[in-house]
Amino acid sequence: MVTPVYDTQHIHRLLEAVSDPEIPVLSVNDLGIIRDIQINGHQVEVVITPTYSGCPAMDMIAESIQSYLHSCGYNEVKVTTVLSPAWTTDWMTETGKRKLETYGIAPPNRITRDSDAPKKCPRCGSTDTRVISQFGSTACKALYQCNECMEPFDYFKCH
Amino acid sequence: MKNQSNSTVPFILYLADNNLILAQRNSEWCGHGPVLEQDIAITNITLDLIGQARMLYQLAADHINRQNGNQDATEDTLAYLRNEREFSNVLMVELPKGHWGFTVLRQYLFSEFQYLLYRHLSAHADEPLSAIAIKSLKEVTYHVQWSREWVLRLGDGTSESHQKMADAVQDIWMYTGELFQAAPFEDAAVLQSIHTEWKQRISETLEEATLIVPEKVFMQQGGKQGIHTEHLGYMLAEMQYLQRMHPNATW
Ligand SMILES: [Zn+2]
Repeated sequence: MVTPVYDTQHIHRLLEAVSDPEIPVLSVNDLGIIRDIQINGHQVEVVITPTYSGCPAMDMIAESIQSYLHSCGYNEVKVTTVLSPAWTTDWMTETGKRKLETYGIAPPNRITRDSDAPKKCPRCGSTDTRVISQFGSTACKALYQCNECMEPFDYFKCH
Repeated sequence: MKNQSNSTVPFILYLADNNLILAQRNSEWCGHGPVLEQDIAITNITLDLIGQARMLYQLAADHINRQNGNQDATEDTLAYLRNEREFSNVLMVELPKGHWGFTVLRQYLFSEFQYLLYRHLSAHADEPLSAIAIKSLKEVTYHVQWSREWVLRLGDGTSESHQKMADAVQDIWMYTGELFQAAPFEDAAVLQSIHTEWKQRISETLEEATLIVPEKVFMQQGGKQGIHTEHLGYMLAEMQYLQRMHPNATW
């Protein structure tokens, strides 16, 4: 039996082990969706914010947080959702962006306030790429193709 | 929007119903899109619309429960256990999906409306509602972009695609007026200013797509008062079947 430590920073670090079910290489910390951790005696409340309002992964993420913290010995865990301020890819950590790239997904890359595009092909590194569809396999991604190595790849859109 | 106590819940339900019904309609494309990428695009848009509907129904349920002093209303009871006459969505969103051109045109006309409305609601006094609007606005921005590109591509496309789009504009136009006819739960002045901007944006796009904006058309209405076309009943019958047959069934 693990002895739970009732410390917000400690719990925050533990959440590094909880990943996004659709992009398992990213932890919930990398995604930047953990908004707050409240401790009241032996009660732990984790406040998260959704990435996209219809993202089917959100319910699963909330369950994963709960069951993982249970397995760490925290018996009373509540996960709540807040909408405001709305999540933005700017909250994704630099580590998260590097992990994405290694995984084969071009990380969000803001060019101006309203425009964004992948910096380079995550496979060969070429900057010569083109958009195939604004909507990729999930709401958060767009589909691109590299004009150099010809491989199609996912781009995590700025949001 | 106007009187906090009387119009808040009907207004939130109106927004939610528009989203849910259009999402349910669009979901008929799942597995039937013209090409894989566009099948995925319309279903992702649909997912956004359902996500927004869920947030809105949850908010409406909170208000209803506070008024009634119980916990009976949930997002699910509001979506699955209300009758046709209790849905206040505009008629436009319940129309059959038609061909691809009709679907993208409806999406475009509706998304432009939604964009302007959410932009206005972003500054709404009811804080949870403005949070939903700000969140949704980001998503709707994509919907406008995507559907606009399709309207341009098909309108200014082959002679066949052009003709189909011109017919679609004629067919749907009589359902656009209702968006701007203020119901008691809406603010007429706000709708009027949105209408002006909406018309301008739509005219620009249709013109670029070599399509003509119809003038002096008789406008259908009734959705906001719960008077629907025959199409909504069939849709609800299918959508609500499981909860009606097996009350409280869960996954
Ligand atoms: Zn490449």
